[in-house]
Amino acid sequence: MSGTGAPQAQRDDPGPGTAVGSEASRVVMDADQIARACARIAHQILEANRGAEGLVLMGIPTRGVPLAYRLATVMDDVEGVRVPVGALDVTMYRDDLRQHPTRPVGHTELPVEVEGSTVVLVDDVLYSGRTVRAALDALGDLGRPRVVRLAVLVDRGHRELPIRADHIGSYVPTRTGEHVSVRLAEIDGVDQVSIEPADHVPEEA
Amino acid sequence: MRHLLSAADLDRNQTTEILDLAEEMSLVQERPVKKLPALRGRTVVNLFFEDSTRTRSSFEIAGKWLSADVINISAKGSSVSKGESLRDTVLTVAAMGVDALVIRHHASGAPWQASRWIDAHVLNAGDGTHEHPTQALLDAFTIRRHFRRTVPDQVSFDGKTVAIVGDITHSRVARSNVLLLTTLGAQVILVAPPTLLPSGIESWPVLVCTDLDQVLPRADIVMMLRVQQERMSGGYFPTPREYTIGYGLTRPRLEAMKPGAAICHPGPMNRGLEISADAADAANSLILGQVAAGVSVRMSVLYELLGGSE
Repeated sequence: MSGTGAPQAQRDDPGPGTAVGSEASRVVMDADQIARACARIAHQILEANRGAEGLVLMGIPTRGVPLAYRLATVMDDVEGVRVPVGALDVTMYRDDLRQHPTRPVGHTELPVEVEGSTVVLVDDVLYSGRTVRAALDALGDLGRPRVVRLAVLVDRGHRELPIRADHIGSYVPTRTGEHVSVRLAEIDGVDQVSIEPADHVPEEA
Repeated sequence: MRHLLSAADLDRNQTTEILDLAEEMSLVQERPVKKLPALRGRTVVNLFFEDSTRTRSSFEIAGKWLSADVINISAKGSSVSKGESLRDTVLTVAAMGVDALVIRHHASGAPWQASRWIDAHVLNAGDGTHEHPTQALLDAFTIRRHFRRTVPDQVSFDGKTVAIVGDITHSRVARSNVLLLTTLGAQVILVAPPTLLPSGIESWPVLVCTDLDQVLPRADIVMMLRVQQERMSGGYFPTPREYTIGYGLTRPRLEAMKPGAAICHPGPMNRGLEISADAADAANSLILGQVAAGVSVRMSVLYELLGGSE
């Protein structure tokens, strides 16, 4: 599995003069593996919660939202219950707002009151933990859930805060400079997780 | 974007971005904790040289809901009443280390002038008879919501007609709205007695008409302007009654409006003069929605200006 599974030429040409350290990107999860990971995470969430009672899935935009919907679909197949899915934008709660030009704000949507429910935050990649920290603050302003859990498709390590995920699709060891690119069919037209080399700077962080 | 001095500072994309963000901000009003931490540690000063209730208070609420520290300074009760110049007042306030200055002033161009003197962001909250860009943004926000009732994801105002009726000469609301609505693609028709149309209007990107009854059946939005009695030193129209007969949105005129059309008014209203009670409280009146939109739109603008790095 060394870059052969990339069906689209979406990868940027590194360009001339970037030969040093510019290895090709590696695919670490293909569509089947992503589907299996989602199915397993959905089962784990149901098991930990002893059913779908009181569950709310909150995806963190951009790619956490379609992932949350996928988990809900699996749960529907398993339990026959439609678990409410929402979106939780964390932009305004980030601790690095002042380090960048004004960031565009995503959509927040609360499907039900979170008060007293079991909220599962869903994101694509867990890295520094700062997004999750922001998400916990954002969630706290919307109500007081009974329990908050975290499900991620990829844990790439390098935490900067004492945060861990409850449900992980795949643990992917990376180097700090590398970029983990998660592409999902709903947004990118293809299901794939790849590691881009350090000199590759995609627009979506 | 560094300052917001004129509606002409905004292109269609920037406008749409601000309005989309305002939609997100409007959800904050429905939450148990009406506060976002985005502007923590920032200081916004409302510097008002002219009376205002809704603009000043909505800027204040907007800043506070974004966690900024907001300070209000009005000309009355400040050193301005002791004869301090605009420049000295602005420099004094800026020297305290504020991040943004929201300025309302009776002289056209005062916020622009202030933006030349200081490093802080400057927002024009109404300058003389020149512009009032955040009012135009909240009008556009309210109008877009109205259009979205029939077309849910309406973004541009292409093909729509907006009539702005009343005292165009003295209206900064009209000037900002002409610029912004045109940017969004609307056809603007200005309706006023010839005495209340400014000179040089031929160069504006608008149609001009002096007969309201001719325009009403065509307009998707009818925006009534306040008759600004404080700016009228007489002679623009014979009597208030005659103004109402010619240009007031009366009950018969309400019925002559295009089906599905809506009414706006920037407030405060002179009921019975430019707008009848029937029209102000009509089912298709967007006036209360405009007030509610004021906070959301100003939150959006403050975030756009202050939300990132310097």
